[in-house]
Amino acid sequence: MTDMSNTTYDSIIIGGGHNGLVCAAYLAKAGKRVLVLEARGEIGGAANTMTFCDGRKVSPCAHYLNQLNSTVRRDLNLTSHGLKMAGSDISTIALNPEGDHLFLNDQGASGAGISANDAANYGRFMKLMQQYSTMLGFLVDLPPIDIFNPDWDDKVAALKLGWNVRFGLGAEKMSEFLRMVGMNIYDVLDDEFDNPTLKGALAFDAVLGTHTGPRSPGSVLTFLYRMVAGTDGAVELPEGGMGAVTSAMAKAAAGFGATIKTGARVASVIVENCVATGVVLDNGATYSATHIISNADPKTTVMDIVGPRHFEADFVKRVDNIRMRGNAAKLHIALKSLPRFTNLSAEQLRSRLLIAPTHDDVERAFNHAKYGEASANPMMEISIPSIDDETLCDEGHVLSAIVQYAPYTLKGGWTEAAKDNFRDACIDRIARYAPDIRDHIEAAELVTPADLEQRYGMRGGNWHHGELTLDQMLMLRPAPEASRYALPLDGLYLCGAGAHPGGGVMGAAGKNAAKTILSEGRS
Amino acid sequence: MRDLSGQNHYLSAVRATPFYEKQKAVDLVNTWHRWQGYTVPDVLDNVTVEYFAIRNSASVFDITPMSKYRIKGPDALAFMNRLLPRDMTKLRVGRVGYTVWCDDEGMVIDDGTVFRVAEDEYWLCAQERQLEVLKRNAIGFQIEYAEITDEVAALSFQGPVTCKILKNAGFAGIETMKMFDLRFFDFPDGEIMISRSGYTGDLGYEVWVQNDQAEAIWDTLFEAGKHYDIRAIGGDALEIARVEAGLIAAHVEFSPANETVRPGHAKSPYELGLGWLVKLDKGVVFNGRRALMKEKKNGSRHRFVKLDVEGNKTACNAYLFDKKHGKQIGHVSSTAWAPTAKKNIALGFVDMPHGEIGTEVWAEIYYMKELKWNTRWAKCTVMKDAAWNPPRKTLTPPADF
Ligand SMILES: Cc1cc2nc3c(=O)[nH]c(=O)nc-3n(C[C@H](O)[C@H](O)[C@H](O)COP(=O)(O)OP(=O)(O)OC[C@H]3O[C@@H](n4cnc5c(N)ncnc54)[C@H](O)[C@@H]3O)c2cc1C
Repeated sequence: MTDMSNTTYDSIIIGGGHNGLVCAAYLAKAGKRVLVLEARGEIGGAANTMTFCDGRKVSPCAHYLNQLNSTVRRDLNLTSHGLKMAGSDISTIALNPEGDHLFLNDQGASGAGISANDAANYGRFMKLMQQYSTMLGFLVDLPPIDIFNPDWDDKVAALKLGWNVRFGLGAEKMSEFLRMVGMNIYDVLDDEFDNPTLKGALAFDAVLGTHTGPRSPGSVLTFLYRMVAGTDGAVELPEGGMGAVTSAMAKAAAGFGATIKTGARVASVIVENCVATGVVLDNGATYSATHIISNADPKTTVMDIVGPRHFEADFVKRVDNIRMRGNAAKLHIALKSLPRFTNLSAEQLRSRLLIAPTHDDVERAFNHAKYGEASANPMMEISIPSIDDETLCDEGHVLSAIVQYAPYTLKGGWTEAAKDNFRDACIDRIARYAPDIRDHIEAAELVTPADLEQRYGMRGGNWHHGELTLDQMLMLRPAPEASRYALPLDGLYLCGAGAHPGGGVMGAAGKNAAKTILSEGRS
Repeated sequence: MRDLSGQNHYLSAVRATPFYEKQKAVDLVNTWHRWQGYTVPDVLDNVTVEYFAIRNSASVFDITPMSKYRIKGPDALAFMNRLLPRDMTKLRVGRVGYTVWCDDEGMVIDDGTVFRVAEDEYWLCAQERQLEVLKRNAIGFQIEYAEITDEVAALSFQGPVTCKILKNAGFAGIETMKMFDLRFFDFPDGEIMISRSGYTGDLGYEVWVQNDQAEAIWDTLFEAGKHYDIRAIGGDALEIARVEAGLIAAHVEFSPANETVRPGHAKSPYELGLGWLVKLDKGVVFNGRRALMKEKKNGSRHRFVKLDVEGNKTACNAYLFDKKHGKQIGHVSSTAWAPTAKKNIALGFVDMPHGEIGTEVWAEIYYMKELKWNTRWAKCTVMKDAAWNPPRKTLTPPADF
């Protein structure tokens, strides 16, 4: 590698995940010379599209777009860079083995013997949740409030939060909010609803992508979190898979002048006199910059890429303690043709299909994970994107499912046999709802959290780069000394999901990191 | 002491050091206290006599309960350099350094001495237990660390004739050891380590042996020193010498940062008068660096002062004021009537910018006479040096007697 070596940039971004690309775009837009170094052969990180069986394409990690930050979408003009939606306003069907499914959409809830009372309450409940998330939504677009050393912006943000909670909601809803926000979703659902299918579906949404069950503390918060970002909880399906989102972001970044290199794994960060000044690739090439910004997760960044000795000990200990247990696996199935789901039309298979029969079932599925076992009866979020998106397969279809729970630290490890077993258990599980599915399967692949770590570098296979729990959120994310994107090593920053506001294809962390860097020295 | 070995340990809430029987044999007053789980004497005979052994002849004090750690491995230097604010690349093999160490906030966890016994091995000797501190510091370093407090018995051997006695005892070349040198010497049942170091501000050595050599080294020293008024001493005499030498103590001058819960109650090296230990520009990260850089720039809250107190009433626990009946600006942490310096002295802290060398502060001293409390105002002068800092502390070779 001779080209560009020793070139000086303003910013080097380690990792071309969607947050790295967003960060690059904002910095480049502001006139900074930006270099993105992505370890893998392609950009996108966990927001990408892969070819998996006979040219069929699937989103191998994130498959639904429901959290993309609207400011990012607008500022980067993603539509002009080719981002199209194959489906928007995707509705949800919570499956019932007997075919008595529950339909959830903006119109409300129907089916599954839901009572009029529950149906009405569902509308009211979702509206309330929406209000809460609107009230909190502005927090996503700001660096967390610095409570130790508040500057003017921090004070304004704190006032705004107080104002929104008290006056935006009104006294009654405020007290309801304060009551609920620390609760677990299981108890809240029991307070609100009778219908088991409804409770199962909402409970599953609250714990998707987490290492928690519905009865774990903080599961109301993670439920709200899903809605806070993005556009009012609307679920979209990007045409060409999730890789289309990141390729639009990469085009935006390149359009503003950022250089993006793939196949460029950063082996270490150069630290001179206690300042991060550059990076060394695993092939030995070096690059320098005044700002080294990591899209890798905080633990990997501190412990592996930079090295603990360049940080003070209490900080290292905190980072070492960040919990990042991945518990979601991904199942991909290449289908010859669409299977028949009991009592569902082919048209209805466009929906987001949930297998989460009751909230107790979700909790029971989590019980296994607590003790290092994969769930005996896993929960699933299923998408068959090829129905809406013809670009994915020339013929046949692909099914993409997020499966819980599959703990990263499986007892006995994720051996081939363990993977095959769990994959078959997942297919059996789908077959309860689509009895003929096996006749349609051409190939099936299970991606475990261990695979996710190995492929995308996210430690523990945790898709948030650090579990989203109250003690790891806002000004505690990823650690109090590093919540404002700057790590306690001069010149080093975080811009990925491990920073505030967290994971999901959102782009907010990347944007906030860029804004923080651009405002340096100004306050 | 009763046999407390094996399962009998519960028969006592304190442990005996390997020098226990030796000390008990010369103990006339039976006044002991608990020090990190061990029982040690306050006094064995008479405080004044014991103090003068430190200053005029040779004193033997059991420091076995001091916390001792061995740190070893290819990253030992890098580890120590990140743990300690000193520039550890400057501490050669065979040298000892006095040091503090801080948390990330730049607040002092403890102070102690670090011994570079080999290229890749250090011993750390601390006032408080440090295992948890070492554990968190070890993350990411190729080192092994072990607590050796209970495996290594140690004596502090202090006073003007100590070099002579060690020479008599056959430790050849001892007189060539400079202040803060360490050396290994042959001894029955294995090498022992002697360092020229101590806690008295005087000529003195510390002798580090295996537990099973403890009684032998005790006997060797007392035999070689029998014509030199060698004397076993307790903690009370040492305390006077410490204050006279202006040295700080944990839980007296500072509250260890890792066990201090009230905000603002811990102290930084600058606030303990130990800024000279902090090498901000050593080029590598060390614990507390960022906070200490900030403090250096923005100023400290307190200043450590060594005071010459007017009159003969010790300023025990006194508040300090900018003038008589003036504004309260600090407090006294340690006091002593310094017998050798013949001064009434105190250590303490005042708020910045008070307490410049040569300036005056005032102490309001409370004292009791036949169960009646009285107060007295005493003018205190901030001293530049410790009350006791004789040339013989560092003189090499030390005087022969
Ligand atoms: C199975 C699964 C399903 C998901 N489903 C959804 C979903 O439906 N909807 C949703 O919104 N979100 C979903 N998510 C979450 C979402 O995908 C992630 O939170 C998000 O993609 C994280 O983006 P990021 O840019 O912060 O980090 P990443 O995407 O992890 O990007 C980090 C990048 O850094 C690179 N990197 C790491 N180390 C180095 C190095 N040393 N040198 C160079 N490059 C390096 C990596 O290769 C990677 O490309 C899912 C995640 C998973 C795993």
